[in-house]
Amino acid sequence: MSFIEWIKQPWPWYVAGPLIGLMVPTLLILGNRTFGISSSLRHACAACAPGDIAFFQYDWKKETWNLLFVAGIVVGGFLAASFLSNGLPVNVNPKLVEEMSGYGITNYTGTVPTDIFNWPALLTARGLIMMVLGGFLVGFGTRYAGGCTSGHAIMGLSNLQWPSLVATVSFMAGGFIMANLVLPFILKL
Amino acid sequence: MEKVADIKDPVLVEEKNTDFEVRSLDAVCINQEEVQVPKWHLIKYMLLGVLFGIILVKSEVISWFRIQEMFRLQSIHMFGVIGSAVVVGMISVFLIKKFKVKTIYGEKIVLSDKKFNKGQIYGGLTFGFGWALTGACPGPLFAQIGSGATVIIVTLLSAIAGTWIYGRFREKLPH
Repeated sequence: MSFIEWIKQPWPWYVAGPLIGLMVPTLLILGNRTFGISSSLRHACAACAPGDIAFFQYDWKKETWNLLFVAGIVVGGFLAASFLSNGLPVNVNPKLVEEMSGYGITNYTGTVPTDIFNWPALLTARGLIMMVLGGFLVGFGTRYAGGCTSGHAIMGLSNLQWPSLVATVSFMAGGFIMANLVLPFILKL
Repeated sequence: MEKVADIKDPVLVEEKNTDFEVRSLDAVCINQEEVQVPKWHLIKYMLLGVLFGIILVKSEVISWFRIQEMFRLQSIHMFGVIGSAVVVGMISVFLIKKFKVKTIYGEKIVLSDKKFNKGQIYGGLTFGFGWALTGACPGPLFAQIGSGATVIIVTLLSAIAGTWIYGRFREKLPH
């Protein structure tokens, strides 16, 4: 197998996880930056629409690095999908495939299920809830919690912060409740 | 005119002097160099972001399906990624503290403690609901857009709106 073929395969968790973990010391050593992505959403508010809200009254330009980091993620996502991907569908548990087929979700090639995440679907109740309400909850919840998977689960836990453990357990609890108890009804819409 | 000034002045004065405090208000990134660093050096964070974006795509953690698997306990994949990332992060932070590793500019590495407030529970649950719906936390939203799922731009804008609404009603929410 050539290097290119090898790199185009999905990376196993024990390769990807440690690489993600190394973001923590890399950012610290490059310039004392703490790993955290949801803050970029706040900086976007502070830059574009601070209004007279105290929470957004700060010099967002001092956080430019964070906005550059997320811009880099967009570019990285493009590069990986365009040049480093074999285009094969994601290989998930057959039980999930069976459940999803019941909701008409059969296309596993994209990062999101294109059967429900597409532009026309924004006009449907299901699409609106999943894309618009879902996004809103992500933005509202991460700031309310003071961080997301990167800031709390990875950075916070790495620094042995127990409030981050509380936050991480809450993320998971919320996800379990939504995915198992509520999402089935939304997917049936 | 004077009335407005009366009401606004104390607030304004306070805000002007507390930029650092406002930014650090449950933010995670408040550190910066004391030494003068040329602006173009910031490009390194973008390059690191590119690398991070590639890892997010290649590890499939930005896949909506992988997130559904995780919340149904149908695969070890996501738990393995997050778990091993935390272990590597913990060891790194431990080593940085133990050997007092400095930044490339020779400055001390500072990690601030997080204070507990109830927002971590309420906000955490709220984010969890959104995570299961969109199949993405904030980082993956950016990577999904890059990977060609253009409609996720709407989800990202909605997330920014959610952050704004939180900021707007912050004082009224239980913390």
